[in-house]
Amino acid sequence: MASSFASIDLAAAMVTTAPALSDWLVILPTALMILTGATLMMIRKSVRLHAVIAITALALLVVLDALLLWQVSTRGPVSMTMGGWLPPFGISFTADIFGAVMALAAAIAALLAAIYSLRDIDASGLRHGFFAFLMLLMAGVSGAFLTGDIFNLYVWFEVLLISSFGLLILGSEPKQIEGALKYAILNLIGTTLFLITVGYLYAIFGTLNMADIARKAGSIRGMTEDAAPLMTLTALFVLAFCMKAAAFPVNFWLPASYHTPRITVSALFGGLLTKVGIYALIRVTIMLLPVEREALSLVIATSAVLTMILGALGALAQNDLRRMVGYVVIVGIGNMLAGVAIGSSVAVSGAILYALHSIVTMTALYLVLGEAGRLTGTFELSRLGGLWGRAPWFSAGSLALVLAASGLPPFSGLWPKIMLLKASLDIGAWWLAAAILVSAFLVTLALARVFLLAYWRPAPGGEGEAATATDWRTALPIGALATLVLVFGLYPEPLLALSQAAADGLADPSAYIRSVFPGGLVP
Amino acid sequence: MEVLFVALIGLFFTAAVYLMLSKFTIRILLGIVLLGNGVNLLLFTAGRITREVPPIIPADTSTLAAGAANPLPQALILTAIVISFSFFAFLLVLTWRAFEELGTDSTDEMRLAEPLDEPLPPMGY
Amino acid sequence: MNTLILRTAAPVITALMLLFSVFVLLRGHNEPGGGFIGGLIAASALAIFGIAHGPGAVQRAIRFHPMAIAGAGLFLATMSGLASLIAGVPFMSGLWVYPDILGVEVPLSTVMSFDIGVYLVVVGAITAIALALETEPENGSAHDEGSR
Repeated sequence: MASSFASIDLAAAMVTTAPALSDWLVILPTALMILTGATLMMIRKSVRLHAVIAITALALLVVLDALLLWQVSTRGPVSMTMGGWLPPFGISFTADIFGAVMALAAAIAALLAAIYSLRDIDASGLRHGFFAFLMLLMAGVSGAFLTGDIFNLYVWFEVLLISSFGLLILGSEPKQIEGALKYAILNLIGTTLFLITVGYLYAIFGTLNMADIARKAGSIRGMTEDAAPLMTLTALFVLAFCMKAAAFPVNFWLPASYHTPRITVSALFGGLLTKVGIYALIRVTIMLLPVEREALSLVIATSAVLTMILGALGALAQNDLRRMVGYVVIVGIGNMLAGVAIGSSVAVSGAILYALHSIVTMTALYLVLGEAGRLTGTFELSRLGGLWGRAPWFSAGSLALVLAASGLPPFSGLWPKIMLLKASLDIGAWWLAAAILVSAFLVTLALARVFLLAYWRPAPGGEGEAATATDWRTALPIGALATLVLVFGLYPEPLLALSQAAADGLADPSAYIRSVFPGGLVP
Repeated sequence: MEVLFVALIGLFFTAAVYLMLSKFTIRILLGIVLLGNGVNLLLFTAGRITREVPPIIPADTSTLAAGAANPLPQALILTAIVISFSFFAFLLVLTWRAFEELGTDSTDEMRLAEPLDEPLPPMGY
Repeated sequence: MNTLILRTAAPVITALMLLFSVFVLLRGHNEPGGGFIGGLIAASALAIFGIAHGPGAVQRAIRFHPMAIAGAGLFLATMSGLASLIAGVPFMSGLWVYPDILGVEVPLSTVMSFDIGVYLVVVGAITAIALALETEPENGSAHDEGSR
């Protein structure tokens, strides 16, 4: 075996130099999460160790992602191709600013949600492997943000999907099983659609490496007058990712399932999963197929407007707090979709900033409402009340998050909305701007009503006296998220610069391509 | 040859969509399985159909023989089969549990998480 | 399904299939076979045993919980990839050693340990699902298995 290789020149197909240690940063987040998840599965009986190991690993994940972001923003995209094969033969992991910053935001949200779960997840949830599923979910999320290969992206989608099933049915309540069934079937159809598109993509491009696709898209467009193959491809991608991101008209799985699991799980899903869909949509339509996106922009914009308006109306009509937040998540998706539809530099960086804001704020909003529900013993708006008198500090934090989610100053929701408004007015799409404003107004109404009823009004029945007060396990995550939201509302420059740099990297992927093909190799 | 395969894939998709439009979970599940197989066939066809030359480089040369099969779609299909198989197994358990817990396999009657008579939120303060 | 013939034959069939699954796993490097298909054969062996003697017997026979086996496999597979970090080659590169065991050169590699990891993941996950399906709904433990 060993000797037969000697006569063949391996340098044409294999990497011959050792990769730099910093290149490993792009692999390690995902590998760390898989390893931790596997460890937790092995020691499934020692439930007490789970939380310690998982939270340490998530803290390490935050550090790794922060290092990766620092590396990427100072020295440009990082890439590693598996198995020593040269790209595009091997599967590449490639991180640019966009991927790294999303991965960091997701890691922070997951860490804080994991701390919250110390109180929220009971012993039976732990025995069912809550933390193991959480680790695998984060492996899927990190993998999706950092991979540089379309088929590999599909695999990470499936990884996070199957771990999200595990999280959804944690309590095995009939309600959860029903929600999980609807969620599972519709999401599976969505990812199958993605797989079909990958097949078409391979038939057209003959490659699955994103940098290679970005490099070849121009010449394939020039080869033929017929726009049909690439248009079909883009339309299918948009449909598949919109399904994943919960955009109208393929978003009915979200309000059907997101209110059924434990509140920590809802927070993780609302914060992370839909954003993975938006990430993939931005990555594929803005970086790989920008010309075709331009042609579809009216379709995407229409979907964006409907997503926003119908989501906001849905939020207004809900009596159950958790279902209401599900609709607020959908409104955010509409906003990001508007950015994708416009596609200008301001719009894309607005969409990226919105995604970052949404990861933090939606996680926080679920946690806050979960805590409100725990303190009063109900999630029904008609029965909630008296929270301000009972927990003033918690209420102040909630107010910050409620304002941030509505997009009001001085919190982080304001800036992406302004950027998206400016971008849509720049191209004269007044109806898009109007939809953003109207939906923001309706969401403000819905959330302000929650605040009026649940916090200011005296408790209707005077019930729920048994609930224990907020302690550090719930106060720390909510406080940290509220602080993040406030800091980035008052001092948004670093984030604005980052999302602008991320959008620039997508508009001109030459640095991304160079990191995968350093010598400009043409295999 | 490709035309035949495309027609077959179309047949698979038609049957799959028909089954998935049913309101009974088990039929939806069968539709998903058919869809998965249709997609695998599609991936296979997308990678060019060739005859009987395995994509293995003989010991004394360093390139593939002419007309060798494309190994990549086969790898993709293998991955897709693994994933769709495990999803199918999981969904089967889930459907069975749903039938046990909810006492129905009709999606129309699954209204526990989304009750029809949910009250509106308070209209005044 | 609880006939005398099946109950007598099941242990023999199971043992044979398990042996065959290891054979398929090990020949997989250069010939048709490998971790996934080997794992499926092993999982079906355990499923047959479960049909004949009940899921409890399978659980006792494999000692560890199926999901713990899957976790061990996942761990082994990831570690096989991470071994490249120490060797200074890209992630998931195949690393080979050729130790002499009793005068025979035995090629061992991270490719093989990765495949063994895949085998364990498949055995664990599919067995967990099979046991969940075989468990009668009455005796309550379906709740525990149904989570995966």
